[in-house]
Amino acid sequence: MSDSRPTSTAGPDKGRFVIAFALAILSLVVGWDAWRLSGINTYSAVGPGAFPAIISAGLALLALANAVEAVREGAQERPRDEIGPMAWVLGGLIGQIVLLAFGAGFAIATGWLFAATAKGFGRGPVWGHFLAGAVLCFVIYVVFAKGLQLALPAGPLERLI
Amino acid sequence: MDTFAALGSGVMVALQPINLLFAFVGVMLGTAVGVLPGIGPALTVALLLPITFKLDPAGSLIMFAGIYYGGMYGGSTASILLNTPGESSSIVTALEGNKMARAGRGGPALATAAIGSFVAGTIATIGLALIAPTVVDIAISFGPEDYFALMVLAFTTVSAAFGSSVTRGLTSLFLGLSLGLIGIDLQSGQARLSFSVPDLLDGVEVTTLAVALFAIGETLSVVAAGARADEIIEPVKGSVFMNREDWKRSWKPWLRGTFLGFPIGAMPAGGAEIPTFLSYALEKRLCKKPGEFGNGAIEGVAGPEAANNAAAAGVLVPLLTLGLPTSATAAIMLAGFQQYGMNPGPLLFATNPDLVWGLIASLFIANGMLLVLNLPLVGLWVRLLAIPRPWLYGGILVFATLGTLGANPSLVELGMLLIFGLLGYVLRRYDYPIAPVVVGLILGPLSEQQLRRALAISVGDPLVLFQSPVALTLYALSALALFGPLLFYILTGRKAPVGADED
Repeated sequence: MSDSRPTSTAGPDKGRFVIAFALAILSLVVGWDAWRLSGINTYSAVGPGAFPAIISAGLALLALANAVEAVREGAQERPRDEIGPMAWVLGGLIGQIVLLAFGAGFAIATGWLFAATAKGFGRGPVWGHFLAGAVLCFVIYVVFAKGLQLALPAGPLERLI
Repeated sequence: MDTFAALGSGVMVALQPINLLFAFVGVMLGTAVGVLPGIGPALTVALLLPITFKLDPAGSLIMFAGIYYGGMYGGSTASILLNTPGESSSIVTALEGNKMARAGRGGPALATAAIGSFVAGTIATIGLALIAPTVVDIAISFGPEDYFALMVLAFTTVSAAFGSSVTRGLTSLFLGLSLGLIGIDLQSGQARLSFSVPDLLDGVEVTTLAVALFAIGETLSVVAAGARADEIIEPVKGSVFMNREDWKRSWKPWLRGTFLGFPIGAMPAGGAEIPTFLSYALEKRLCKKPGEFGNGAIEGVAGPEAANNAAAAGVLVPLLTLGLPTSATAAIMLAGFQQYGMNPGPLLFATNPDLVWGLIASLFIANGMLLVLNLPLVGLWVRLLAIPRPWLYGGILVFATLGTLGANPSLVELGMLLIFGLLGYVLRRYDYPIAPVVVGLILGPLSEQQLRRALAISVGDPLVLFQSPVALTLYALSALALFGPLLFYILTGRKAPVGADED
């Protein structure tokens, strides 16, 4: 999705083709679930499968419509997206989940998220931002967990208080 | 006279010191977050929703209303000084406002936006108070099939009004509807589309989806754009006060903008941006110095800003009286009501009159506070604009994950945030509108409920859906919204002017 294509000339819009394909798959998944639900006996005029069936049909039509538009509008030139900075931000978000899964606690995990995002936007060093972010998030943890009774995940740092 | 008695007791609720404090916190937070580039009121409310759910319902709803109005004010500041509208309804403001700021007239531009928003907000809130009881009286007689038709109308107008093509709008809507299916079906107790993941049984949280689409998706788009998206802040030079001529040129556009914005916002057709475009076109035609348009004409700021705020108040009419959100922000406000177990609609006026009227009264107070606070504090808001982007977006992601974790401390929820964030990025990249996804998620289950209720009453006869005159009228309007642009194209040979995206 980030390759720079030649100016809008020949061929269909590949990106929107992929979207149309994804919609078709989603339609199948929703439709399959509706079919599964229709087999279950419920004591109401309309079962749980009716509405999903309508949506599945709508998705199928939209997959078709998107594919048609992709062909008709042709390949579009879209500005090139930069993979490196995006990878930093995504790495920040995934890293936060991983760190939380290993019990690092809110401050450390979210400090990493802050540092990685800042790095993605071109501001380093990662270490300095990590420390500043962790301290900031520790303060946030204290305010929100103690003041507003939100259950944020605790780690070694948070257990100190 | 009942309306005034009810509004009077609402004022008493809103004037309680604790509620005044909530309103104050709301407008300050709303303005501060709204000023930040790229963040509109929808994301502002979504970010702050999970943080408030331990608070008192009346207080936090008053706070949301403050955030909503504050976010609108903040958005106009960002578009005037930075030329990056935080929401689509400020796009038109940016056209003339940013030109004025570049010409060193940023102060008067901000002032006419603020005072115009106050005038429009006040008149439109009066309109809301006057109209709401009538709509409630009508809505009481609606059957489930009428409600279903009403929601179909909201679906079609939301998809047709947002985005660059009806196909794209409907695609976004159906993505939202599909997400709305996930979880346990309340009538039959069956789990749908949850693939035996326990976290999915409760369904997708509106706030998680909104925060992901707006905050994560936006961050990914901006970071991917790299140096493409560099911004210049225009310093506010000179006086922030308007001179006599500015006043003379502003007051009529304020009123005209209000009378364009409120009715359009109040229709279940939604969208605050259409009246801003209309107002801009109207002012351009009426202006005595048309040459100034495009180079910073004050009328081009005054009119659209008033229209924008009047429409924002108008959107509250279908939201409060029918439970029908017609913008992303309204959808999230509806989620705010639901988080306290309340459903906006005609019944809420009967069961919680203090809350509803307190909320409406607090809109007047929030408006007044914004007028008093905004101009003197403009220096503070400008400094917020100057936060370096690495820290700004780092902070946005910290708060996005904080809100999600605060509402539900589960890693699956964070994973969904990431996946929906990527979805938001793809949608933005290929020009699909965001708002219909959020509206679809929240209205999907509600419309299914009405559909099944209608069919249960008729013992499964689908013809019941097309028998009431109200429902038939609403379907006709939906068809017009969907096929109107096509009809326009066939009749005139030109493409219909379709609205912009977001909020």
